[in-house]
Formats: sequence, C-alpha cells, structure tokens
Amino acid sequence: MADNMTSGLEKTGAEQALAQGFAAARPRLPGADGVDALRARAFGTFEQKGLPHRRVEDWKYTDLRALMREALPMAPLPDKDALARAQAVLAPHALGNARRIVLVDGALAPQLSDLDSPERGLSLRPLAAVLASRDAPVGALMAQPDEAVDPLLSLNTALMTDGIVIDVAENARIARPVHLVHVASGGEPAAMYTRSLVRLAAGAHLTLVEQFVAGAADVAYQVNDALVMELGAGARLDHSRLMEDDMAAINVSTLAVKLGDNAHLATFNLTSGASVSRYQAFIRFEGSGANVETNGVNLLKGSQHGDTSMFLDHAVPGCSSREVFRAVLDGRARSVFQGRIVVRPDAQKTDARMMTRAILLTDEAESDSKPELEIYADDVACSHGSTSGALDQGLLFYLRARGLPEPEAQAMLIQAFVGETIEAIADDVVREAALQAAARYLTARRT
Amino acid sequence: MAGMLEIRNLQVRVEEREILHGLSLSVNKGEVHAIMGPNGSGKSTLSHVLAGKPGYEVTGGEVLFNGEDLLAMEPDERAAKGVFLAFQYPVEIPGVATMTFLRTALNAQRKARGEGELSTPEFMKKVRDVAGRLGIAQDMLKRGVNVGFSGGEKKRNEVLQMALLEPSLCILDEMDSGLDIDALRIASEGVNLLRSPDRAMVVITHYQRLLNYIVPDVVHVMAKGRIMKSGGKELALELEQSGYAEYTGAAA
Repeated sequence: MADNMTSGLEKTGAEQALAQGFAAARPRLPGADGVDALRARAFGTFEQKGLPHRRVEDWKYTDLRALMREALPMAPLPDKDALARAQAVLAPHALGNARRIVLVDGALAPQLSDLDSPERGLSLRPLAAVLASRDAPVGALMAQPDEAVDPLLSLNTALMTDGIVIDVAENARIARPVHLVHVASGGEPAAMYTRSLVRLAAGAHLTLVEQFVAGAADVAYQVNDALVMELGAGARLDHSRLMEDDMAAINVSTLAVKLGDNAHLATFNLTSGASVSRYQAFIRFEGSGANVETNGVNLLKGSQHGDTSMFLDHAVPGCSSREVFRAVLDGRARSVFQGRIVVRPDAQKTDARMMTRAILLTDEAESDSKPELEIYADDVACSHGSTSGALDQGLLFYLRARGLPEPEAQAMLIQAFVGETIEAIADDVVREAALQAAARYLTARRT
Repeated sequence: MAGMLEIRNLQVRVEEREILHGLSLSVNKGEVHAIMGPNGSGKSTLSHVLAGKPGYEVTGGEVLFNGEDLLAMEPDERAAKGVFLAFQYPVEIPGVATMTFLRTALNAQRKARGEGELSTPEFMKKVRDVAGRLGIAQDMLKRGVNVGFSGGEKKRNEVLQMALLEPSLCILDEMDSGLDIDALRIASEGVNLLRSPDRAMVVITHYQRLLNYIVPDVVHVMAKGRIMKSGGKELALELEQSGYAEYTGAAA
C-alpha cells in the first residue's frame, strides 16, 4: 500500500513546512467546530501519505515529492494593490455576459464579483461564510464518501480558505454562464487552497467556466483547488476549465463528481499554464442512465509538466462515458494522461470509451499515456486507444506547397487537432474563449 | 532567351538511391508540356522536387524559375513565386475548413509578395467567382479540406486552388489517377480554362488519355530518371501504340 511505502520515507522540507503551516493557520481558517475537526482529520490523512511520488501508482508520472520542493506559506488576504492587479488581468478574459465570480489569492473578492440578484433558483454563497455557518454542509463539501481518496485533496480539505458554493434549484435552468476566475495577484510567492461546491437539484441546468490566470509574470505561486459537483436526477452541467496559470506556478486541482439518474456532465479542460500541473477528476456514477463527456487538451512547451488523470467509477447500470484527450508538446514538455475506468459488477450495459492522442513537436517532448480498464461486469462496451507522434509531414507539406510558411502551417494543423475537443463545448462564447486560449499558446510558442 | 522553368542536369537521390540521373527540361511561358513515362521513371520525384517536398536530396544540377534558384527556396516561397503542384493524392485535413484553408493560403502568398491581404468580403467574392466558373458547388467549400471527398472532388478542389491562387507554373502530377472518365473530363475542362499566354503547365501522366483533354504543345518521354525523347503531341499517340518498352529496355 502507498501508506506503508511512504511511512518509511523521511519527511521532505515541503511536508514539514505544510505541517507547520497547518498548525499556524488552523486557528484562523474559516469554519465552526465540525469543520475544524474535519480539517484535522484530513491533515492527518495527508500526513500519513505525504506528498505522492513515483511509487504511488496514481501519481507514477508526476512525482510531486520531487517536483514540489517547497511548500509556500498561505497567501495573505488581497490588499488594494493585489485587487487592482487582479482587476487589470480580468478585462482581457471577460466572457460575454457571464456572471463573474473572482477569487483573488484564494479569497473571494466581492468587489470584483457579480454576486447580486441571482436568477430565480440560483444560490451563490462564499465558501468561507458557509463553513463558518452553524449548518455547514460538511458532508456535501466532501468530495467522496471516502475523503481520503487522494492526499492532495485531503490537503485541500485541511487548508481550504474560500471558494463559492453554488446551488441550483430543481428544474431551474440558468442560461447565463457562471465564470469562476482564480487570479493569483502576483505578490510574494504564496499558496492558495480553494474549494467550490456546485449542486444541481433534479432537472437543473448550469454552465460553469473556471479560469486560472496570473496577475503578474514569473511568480512561483502554488494552487491547490478542488471543485466538488453533485448532479441530481436529469440535471445537466456544462463545465469548462481553462488553466493559464503563470509558467512558474504549480497547480494541483481536483474535480470530484457524483451523478444521479440520467444526469449529464459535459466537461472540458485546457491546460496551457503552470510549470507543474495535475488535474485529477474523480467521477462517480451513482444513478443509472447518467452520461459524461470529457474533453481535454494539454498545450505545453518549454519544460512544462502537465498531468491529466481521470478516474471514472461506473457503479450503476446503463451509464455512458466518453473521454477524448489531446496533447500538443513543444520543447522538453511532458504530458501525462491517465484514464482509469472501473465498471463494477452491477454496472451492466456500461458504455465507456476513451481515446488519447498526442503530437510531439520536438524529439525532446514526452507523452505518457496510461489507460486502465477494470471491468467486473460482463455486458459492457468499453474501449480505449492511444497514439502519439509528430505532426503529419504529408499534411504539412500540402499546406506549405499552398504558400503557408512553416509556423502558420503547424499552427493550422495544431488548431485542427485540438479543435475537435474544443468543438464539443456547447456555449458559443465559452467555445470562443477556449479557442482564444489555444491561440495564445500558439502565439507564445512562436515567440 | 531562357525559359520560365530551366532544369539543367538535375540529379536527385532518395535514401541513397539516385532517382533522377541528370534531367534537363526547358519550359516557356504559355506552353503546356506533358511528361509521360512508365511507373518508376521518376515523374513524381520530379514534381515533388520542384515543389520542395522534404526527403529528396539534390546531388547535382540546377533549377531556375524565372532566373531564380528554385531549389534554394522553401516550399511556401516557391508557391508565392507562382509554382503550384496539383497533388496526385490530395490529402484530407480534418478540422480545417476549406474556406479557412483557401483564405489563409491566398493571403499568405499575397503577404509574401508584399500585396495586401484580402478582406473577408473580397475573398468571398473571389472564391464564389472562381467556383462558379469551374462549376464547383458551394457545399464542397463548407466541408473540411478534402474530407470525405471522392477522387474527382479532390482533383476539382486542386483545380479550384489553382484558379484561386493564379500561379504562373502549374505542375499536374498524375491528375488522371483514380478518376473515371467523367471526372477526368470535368477536371480537365477546369485546367483548360486556366491556360493562358502567361502561364506554363507541366502535365505528368502515365496514360495518353489525359492528353486528349489537355492537349500539350510538347511531349517528353521520361524513363530511368531522364528525358529520353521530346516531340509534339503526336509523340503521345505513338506511345499509346508502342508503349514504353523502347525506352525502358524491357521486352514489349
């Protein structure tokens, strides 16, 4: 077991700093007594496992013990200057008429957020306030029945400061997208622990876009974010995530989802930021007939390390899942995709498919793909596939023979390659934002 | 006076094997040259080298295009200078809309020549005009580049690109391959519309059939990596009768 293996390891400097940081921060972390007990328990769970390393199978390719040398102190509440820097970076990322909710350095910034007069059936509450309230929904905030599912998620539980709690009432269809922007304002390098909760009651609809951006360049901040979703019967959530953190940052984010009967989740992720990142999703089918479409793309360059790991748990019959993942890798970048699909004995008629493709633009780039199917039912359709290679030379030559200089020809093929995942985004404005994020990567890799 | 295209003693290798053994060819503007030859004679190698496809090593000779060293140019520079290769097997590019592709190509060439880029309305009008002249349906333009196109549609798309980009030298590589007689006729009619006193064409083909539709001024027989014989259009008819045996040394 991972625990046993780790218990023999000496604590790293980062792990020691985390322990000291937790002890120091604990008195001022938001939450009533129940929440404090939860934090203590979660930190104990984290300490037992420590930072994951290459001998922990789920983290095999992302040795955080080696990649995260130090644990930064928690970010202070944003001051006037921090808020001004955050505001400046928001403008270019405006998303049509979306309702913007901004977290600056891990704290909800009401001044920059649009929390007023929510549509009927939509409730928006700051996490810090919810944690401090007498009836904090401790159970719901926990990602899984077993909170110890992952050490970085446990760490998030222990240290979470703020975020947004979104509830959508039964059959409420919220047309206006919610745009949740995480801004690292760019002060002293610091760590942010954010958590948000999205609960859709039966028949509710919501479009949620998460975005991670930096207010200043070359600040080596650390993000640990968690987004917990609960989709009721027949609910539909369209979720997109654009991670464009600073190239010096570390971002570890967890998505934890539970789906009820016939619920539908369409989720898209684009990772182009951070020096080291891990986006891990734990998706559990708890109601039959539920459906998940996940599309993801890692656009990496330089010495970036980007890990996308999806764990799908088909626990009930008749659900379907589609995972389409693409990576474009320049320089010495490394992209990791892990996809585990578990089909439990009761989950007959499961239809689960996963396909990953990577384009390596240099000989030094690396793509690691690890599909795992664990199937315990006998009447299912499951498949996976994985390819990696250079840009097609035949296609490149065709474009160049028509007059496109090499960088333009490459850009056109890369756009087409990632376009397939972006096209899956239902909302026009969100799709355009994702295309622009991809275009920013293409521009950056050419300069 | 030197021709538009001057190929002198061209020697080309592919992976240590010499394919062209000193090929010379001169093409003047306004002329249509046919290059006929058996499989393996080096016809497609010649077309690829002229367009700048990677993987070919030029070990000797030179190619001048309007007096400039063509082989020193990148493929996109050659295109901007007016060289167009109609591919034997046009590739499918999923995810790239035909209109985006055409517009990007045209504007890239205009930019390289120091001309202004066309605005969207200007470009749309130009494409509609050209497509109309060639009888190409609008719905073909709405799809991904060549995606799901029949062999005939792919070749018509090549002709459409040629008409839109207005090159001065068109190299047609085995345009007849994979086409039935109707598709061949339609594609050839498109090519004939583009014949002009300022434009040269090099038509590479295995069969004489294509030359019934695109009637050449000069016919060359190519075998073993060289031009073996040149003549008028009647040479193509002779070849139809006698085959290539005379040039390959094989028994007829």
